[in-house]
Amino acid sequence: MHELSITQNILDITIREAEKAGADEITAIYIVIGELSNYVDDAINHYWHLLGEGTIAQNATLHFERVPARLKCADCGTEFRLNPDSYLCPECESARIEIVAGEEFYIDSLDIEKSDPVEV
Amino acid sequence: MAKNIPVVQKVLSGNDEIAAQNRQLLDDYGVYGINMMASPGAGKTSLIEKTVQYLRNSLNIGMINGDIATTFDAERAQKAGAVAVAVNTGGNCHLEAHMIRDALAELDLSEIDLLIVENIGNLVCPAGWTLGTHKNVLVASIPEGDDKPYKYPGMYRGVDVLVINKIDLLLYIPFDMNRFKQGVEILNPGLATFVSILSDGGRVARLDSMDM
Ligand SMILES: Nc1nc2c(ncn2[C@@H]2O[C@H](COP(=O)(O)OP(=O)(O)O)[C@@H](O)[C@H]2O)c(=O)[nH]1
Ligand SMILES: [Mg+2]
Ligand SMILES: [Zn+2]
Repeated sequence: MHELSITQNILDITIREAEKAGADEITAIYIVIGELSNYVDDAINHYWHLLGEGTIAQNATLHFERVPARLKCADCGTEFRLNPDSYLCPECESARIEIVAGEEFYIDSLDIEKSDPVEV
Repeated sequence: MAKNIPVVQKVLSGNDEIAAQNRQLLDDYGVYGINMMASPGAGKTSLIEKTVQYLRNSLNIGMINGDIATTFDAERAQKAGAVAVAVNTGGNCHLEAHMIRDALAELDLSEIDLLIVENIGNLVCPAGWTLGTHKNVLVASIPEGDDKPYKYPGMYRGVDVLVINKIDLLLYIPFDMNRFKQGVEILNPGLATFVSILSDGGRVARLDSMDM
């Protein structure tokens, strides 16, 4: 259910930023989602049609860049993907592990359409 | 004319802003806030009850209840001696900062020292929404299994305190405490961890003081 609220947040931010830039229309939205932040894109698309209707964002395409969770061993330096069975280093079995990627959840940029400045 | 404009803003930045206002309000009134999260049935309300019973003679305790699983939780906290408000979450799966802002308006903060928020029973959604409380507490419980830090890394990563409840059930349920602790330690190094039995009289101890 939280996708409804997420979608509203995305809509609010993108409309505010697009209006600041003088946009007539938002055509695309680029969102970065890390594997550890658990947000489902299908549901966001579904709510987008409901919430975006009648706004400058109603025809925008949502692009999701999924960032896999990546871990790094503090002992041997090996970088590895998150494995839900064990978080230990696959090379040296160390438990001193850092999470280096996968927690992102932000709007990176927008494509907007803007009328050309009128020549005087 | 088509144009790409950079935004680079956290999707939940609006919630974070309201959470910061909530924190300011709590600080203005000298109220210490705790956000309690867990899966349904782990023991959130039991922990709140025991905490209130234990501290009610020294602190005035407020409780905000958002758990939709039962309607009695606010009453249980009230019976234990807290001032409680239930939040209408409109079927949401987590509490958001604006719901806490509205609930705070219903409490006389000058009469409260400690505020405990019982979040909605869920290990996924509440993790991303800060509320403005000072500490996030996660209640885990033995019947959930030792794989939970591996299934819900986002939740285990974001909390300040972990209480492992229902350790009386270790006698009956297979639970590899080392595997559990290892996952937690990697996600959240040095996390303050307690074990508890919250049914009956209630007992809580620091995990590192226990020989499991
Ligand atoms: N065996 C056992 N049961 C417990 C313990 N703590 C709580 N319970 C029971 O677990 C159930 C759910 O507890 P509750 O506090 O309502 O969980 P909540 O949904 O997280 O608020 C209740 O029936 C409690 O009596 C415990 O330490 N051991
Ligand atoms: Mg409860
Ligand atoms: Zn290693």
